Amino acid sequence: MFSWLILLPFLGVIILNLPFRALMRRAAFWLCVFIASVQVCAVVFPAVCLWMGKLDILGYILKINFTLDNLSRVMLLCIGMVTFTAVFVERQMRRDEDKFFNFLNLLLLLVAGLNGIVMVRDIFSLYVFLEIAAVSSFILIGSNKDFAAFEGAFKYIVLSVVATVLMLSAIALFLIVAGDTGFSSISAALKSSPDRFFVILAIGMFLCACFIKSGLMPFHGWVPDSYSSAPASVSILLAGIVTKAVGVYTLIRVVSAVFGFTPAIKSLLLAVGALSVVAGALAALGQRDFKRMLAYSSISQVGYIILGLGSGTALGVAGAVFHLFNHSVFKSLLFLNSAAVELETGTRDMESLSGLNKRMPLTGITSVLASLSCAGIPPLAGFWSKLIIIIALWMCGQYFYACLAVAASVLTLAYFLSMQRKIFFGKLGEGLENVKEAGFGLAFPAVLLALVTVGAGLFLPLIIHVFIFPQGAIVGG
Amino acid sequence: MQLDWFIIFSLVTASLWTVMTRSLLRSGIGLALTSVILAIFMFRLNSPLAAVFELSVCAGLISVLFISTISLTHPLSAQEKIQHMWVRLARFWFLPLLVIVLVVGLLLMRSRPQIHMPLAQDLKDARVVLWNFRQIDLLGQAIVLLAGVFGVVVLFKERQKK
Amino acid sequence: MNELAPQLFWPCTLGIAMIFVIGLYCVLFTYNLIRALIGLEILIKGVTLLIILAGYITAHEALAQSLVITLIVIEVVVITVAVGVVLGIRKHTGSLDARNIRNLKG
Repeated sequence: MFSWLILLPFLGVIILNLPFRALMRRAAFWLCVFIASVQVCAVVFPAVCLWMGKLDILGYILKINFTLDNLSRVMLLCIGMVTFTAVFVERQMRRDEDKFFNFLNLLLLLVAGLNGIVMVRDIFSLYVFLEIAAVSSFILIGSNKDFAAFEGAFKYIVLSVVATVLMLSAIALFLIVAGDTGFSSISAALKSSPDRFFVILAIGMFLCACFIKSGLMPFHGWVPDSYSSAPASVSILLAGIVTKAVGVYTLIRVVSAVFGFTPAIKSLLLAVGALSVVAGALAALGQRDFKRMLAYSSISQVGYIILGLGSGTALGVAGAVFHLFNHSVFKSLLFLNSAAVELETGTRDMESLSGLNKRMPLTGITSVLASLSCAGIPPLAGFWSKLIIIIALWMCGQYFYACLAVAASVLTLAYFLSMQRKIFFGKLGEGLENVKEAGFGLAFPAVLLALVTVGAGLFLPLIIHVFIFPQGAIVGG
Repeated sequence: MQLDWFIIFSLVTASLWTVMTRSLLRSGIGLALTSVILAIFMFRLNSPLAAVFELSVCAGLISVLFISTISLTHPLSAQEKIQHMWVRLARFWFLPLLVIVLVVGLLLMRSRPQIHMPLAQDLKDARVVLWNFRQIDLLGQAIVLLAGVFGVVVLFKERQKK
Repeated sequence: MNELAPQLFWPCTLGIAMIFVIGLYCVLFTYNLIRALIGLEILIKGVTLLIILAGYITAHEALAQSLVITLIVIEVVVITVAVGVVLGIRKHTGSLDARNIRNLKG
């Protein structure tokens, strides 16, 4: 039914590389924009989805059957939005036509992989699509071909392959216990034999793999390097959606659909989440590099999502998914701002920048909005999602973790205010007189993302019953 | 049974040799050898199709890839080699110990997994399963290969120009 | 279940666990980037054997084989990309020594 979400990007790549290359090269940018917009529209207006479902040729020929639930829809929306942003940013930043063309192709393959991740209901197919997303992101990180980028890519490859091996070992053990790789059959087998040694080993290995892939704190080694060394648009993709879909979504889906919220899993999630929240925020305070600071902030925010998941209640999971959505909006926006600053001033060192607000008002305003949303200031969207997570933690009796989440929120505010003070406020620094606002390609998506983060906060009463609370339904059973 | 024991033993030995050996080239060859032994074992475990893949792709293609990469790097001089060997041995002395501890530990805590019994109609042909029940994986393979092609284009292209 | 499976299960798991330790040790404690990739390959070999073994003892050989074929295809692509990245690093630093990479262990 929904296989066109994968087929559209896949066919897009094939069409782009058919004989009419010269012609397709000019159309490539608009094709990518079109595919991203269709994906966003399909989620926001379900009628488009039905209409596209009628054109599902491959679905009739092959027996591929994808299912969508609310969680998948939110992820598809995030993927569409972040892809849209990244295409515009790349258009603005990359002058080389060849490289731009390769970027678009890889981006489409990445989108196909990510869409696959959120739609499959089979643990081995999940692995296949995870690898598609991972391989395209390795190449995208290294596509600038400078030393730092290769270094970040190499670290990502090593940790990602180790995570993959853990995940596959878990799959093999599930195969022994369940005899199949579908979510439902594994879940049934785990219910009938919950605490055999091999089952616990397999669950542990799978959770570990998800922690590595989402860059949580004991396994975060690759995150700052690959986020900060990748090209600007790839940082947006990685922080905005790749680690979220590859790691966090997988964790949410597998824990809720296969493992179930047992006390051991809940306490493990809470411990790892709390460690990431606090240590990520502390590490972000000490950074000088703009993008590195954002990367540590990303680790900290992913910690919040895991805390919400760890509460194990419908409310907590709803908060976690809402925070995931918010994070992918405001973190894309912040990386977009860092790209604009880097493009115009040529540096990411926060100490050597100041007073950019006078020269780049739009970047300044959008970054203030994104930072405040990330720090949880009402009425922006980030406040509501953090509030839901904290309430859920409090209601299920985890008072310690709830207090920790509130305290870390203050830390978040601290490092974002310090960033704003250094880069955007104060007197204009020397040598920055000629800086001007970056072009349309950066301004347009920035405004859109800022509108989304403000709108989701202001119109919360409208979306809370159709969009947020239904997420909790996956906890049932 | 004896043969299986022997194959497992030689598989572990081959991988140990791959890791411990001094020269990178021998390490690459050791990897190919590990692959070949693994392929033989897969034949014995009733998985001939996967074994052919392992033999041709892993033992063949990946070894060629590694050995051609290794041959691009210049070899060390004799004195450097000896120095390098001691540095390596100093770092790897712990490995045999760790393997022994693991063996003893696992032997002490044997627990039998609950093994899933298959249903009556069991499909014996991997090709049937792959083409009829795992079409999503096939689609995934196609996408991943395409990504690999672009990876080669992006990462190796500049080198050809020079 | 195959008749030989119970006797074969423990020696195989033992062998696979040893291969994992060897591969992980190689990845963590080497200074050479190519050797790190070889360590990763050894890890993947171990997991390939584990899947085949799982198929053998549960008599789901066909399923296990189709999984392994997919796994091998993906493995080749990942390793090719990794070799491309390593060659890129070598072009910048002129060596394959991981000590040129800042804080590799993160």
